[in-house]
Amino acid sequence: MVKKIPIGPFHPILEEPEFFELHVDGENVTEIDMKIGWSHRGIELLSEHKTWDQVPFLVERVCGICSCSHPFAYVKAVEDLLGIEVPLRAQYIRLIAAELERLHSHLLWTGLAGHFIGYNTVFMWAWKYREPVLDILEAVTGNRNHYAVMRVGGVRRDLPQDEIQGIFPILDQLWKNNELLTGAIVDDPVIHARTKGVGVLGKAMCREYGALGPTARAGGYDVDARRDHPIDAYDKVDFDVILCENGDVFDKAVVRQLENFESIKIIRQCLEQMEPGEICAEVHEIPPGEGLGIYEAPRGEVLHYVRSDGGNMPMRHKIRAPSFNNILTNEYSVRGSTIADAGLITAAVDPCYSCTERVGVIDRGIDDRYILSEGDLIRLSQEKTEEIRKRFAKE
Amino acid sequence: MLDPIYIVYYLIFPGFLFTAVAGLLTTWVDRKVSARVQWRVGPPWFQPFADMIKLLGKEVIVPVGARRTGFLLWPVVGLAAATLASMILWLSNLWPGTSFVGDTIVVIYIMTIPAISMILGASASSNPLGIVGASREMKLLFAYELPLVIAVLTTIYKVGSFSFQAVLAHQAQEGVMLGSVSGVIAFIVAIFCTQAKLNLLPFDIPEAETELAGGSHIEYSGAALAVVKLNMAIMFFVMPVFLITVFWGGIAFTGWHILTSILKYVAIVVILVLIKNTNPRVRIDQAVRFFWGPMFILSVAAMVLAVLGY
Repeated sequence: MVKKIPIGPFHPILEEPEFFELHVDGENVTEIDMKIGWSHRGIELLSEHKTWDQVPFLVERVCGICSCSHPFAYVKAVEDLLGIEVPLRAQYIRLIAAELERLHSHLLWTGLAGHFIGYNTVFMWAWKYREPVLDILEAVTGNRNHYAVMRVGGVRRDLPQDEIQGIFPILDQLWKNNELLTGAIVDDPVIHARTKGVGVLGKAMCREYGALGPTARAGGYDVDARRDHPIDAYDKVDFDVILCENGDVFDKAVVRQLENFESIKIIRQCLEQMEPGEICAEVHEIPPGEGLGIYEAPRGEVLHYVRSDGGNMPMRHKIRAPSFNNILTNEYSVRGSTIADAGLITAAVDPCYSCTERVGVIDRGIDDRYILSEGDLIRLSQEKTEEIRKRFAKE
Repeated sequence: MLDPIYIVYYLIFPGFLFTAVAGLLTTWVDRKVSARVQWRVGPPWFQPFADMIKLLGKEVIVPVGARRTGFLLWPVVGLAAATLASMILWLSNLWPGTSFVGDTIVVIYIMTIPAISMILGASASSNPLGIVGASREMKLLFAYELPLVIAVLTTIYKVGSFSFQAVLAHQAQEGVMLGSVSGVIAFIVAIFCTQAKLNLLPFDIPEAETELAGGSHIEYSGAALAVVKLNMAIMFFVMPVFLITVFWGGIAFTGWHILTSILKYVAIVVILVLIKNTNPRVRIDQAVRFFWGPMFILSVAAMVLAVLGY
């Protein structure tokens, strides 16, 4: 009998190259082995060779879907370093772009999840409903994707005041469409049969693995960086953090669907509260120091750390994307399921592989691989720091 | 001695050529209706033919470790069986005199051969996903055959004969099977079994694009894949015709019957496509439970009602 089933590195269920190896007994999965690193692009190093103003364009490309969250966290990190206040109008525009991104990301996932269980009608409909979101994004930022709207100190582009009224009817329609889609998912008995009790990740396990975002909230683990570390205008808008209890695939879908309503609510409030004004604070130079930016991306908390030596490039730029935590939860949630469910469970954390690519420690004893222990990683890190220090000492 | 006319029947009409064209047109109906349901435009009518021609021109790759003969031969066996089933069905519909005793059994039997050929072909491919697909196909085959046969037996019981000629004659005289309670229940069961037999959602478990990346036909390419696809297209054509013959008065090409026959056929295809587009894929254990549970009970209920005269 077959003992190992490969999912990846290239597989219809994965939008990006990634490798999961299922150890199976018949149709039942006993173990999952994950291997990341197929699309490593060295963004952190690249970022150290770009000016402070160029980096937002680079980190936008960390992930095509979170192309607002990464720049958002980055500019917040730099602003944390600078200690400046962003003009109010810019804060609202940032929130609108970021929440629209969450909307389009969640709708995209709903569609893909439908596709993964063979429900292509949901796939097409969810993506059709996602289209108006991209239209609003185009109206607000000028681009449907890779918005290029974030800038240290504010935003790059003002939202024309006369376009605001045109956005409200689209949001109303979006609300209705989202209600329809939510109903279609919550009431479908076959979807229940496929997703309820599948890939359960309870509260305790969420905490154990450090799960983030909708993956954690579906299991009842109450984390949301928007509420816990409110940045920009998040303390001026009213929204709920959606929580479920079971942590199965169904709950993960429901959390995302209900979060769409919260996002629409936030966008409405932003549009209503916005007043004409400046959109960018003056920033002349970045002094030496370090800054930390935290933002709740659609997949969970994204963290950017920057360090400056007073030059025009970051000396160190560290990114931690939520999928890195989330895909590790697969180890627990896939075990004991069937092959049919394994793909769905790995997809249910809404993995974004391109942002997770880095060196990871692999469990010993499964295969003979090149393994880095914790001590090795620390040693490597110290060597790198030493190298950077020498380089800067020379200059 | 076999009459040479049967070679024409088998190869041209109503055999291979006719079924292949009709089957590919059926897959076009499937693709078009699916596209409209999913808010897309859908392909033009000749798209399946273009696909077929394109595939025939491509290289056939036999994977290392596969059993070459079996891998390439089984799809052809499946194709031959599907064509034969179609020929018997059409001959008995068009010229009832060609019907023979027990041809319903023969057709039900032959129609399982494409599935079996897929199982054997996938097993010969030595691909782990293909083998999982084959094992699923096998389980699915065991699951749906039982209720399907009982559903067809409902009609056979009412007619009192195993030949299509008698089935059609009975329906022509006393009304179609769908006019009775037992007939309707048996038809519903048969529709779901057809869904599984054609590997359509929610029962496309052996292929499961997003789980097994094509499963049972993952390793086929070029002309071999064309044969596999044609096989599926022909089955997509044969099964609705079989259902019409057994439950809905058959197909006739005389006068206004031409129109009703085509309408009946398209109606069944559209029902199948709509079920396909409004359901996600179920797991294999759920599928087996579904066919051996509710579907089996329903088919037995239909049988009991038929015995009681409803």
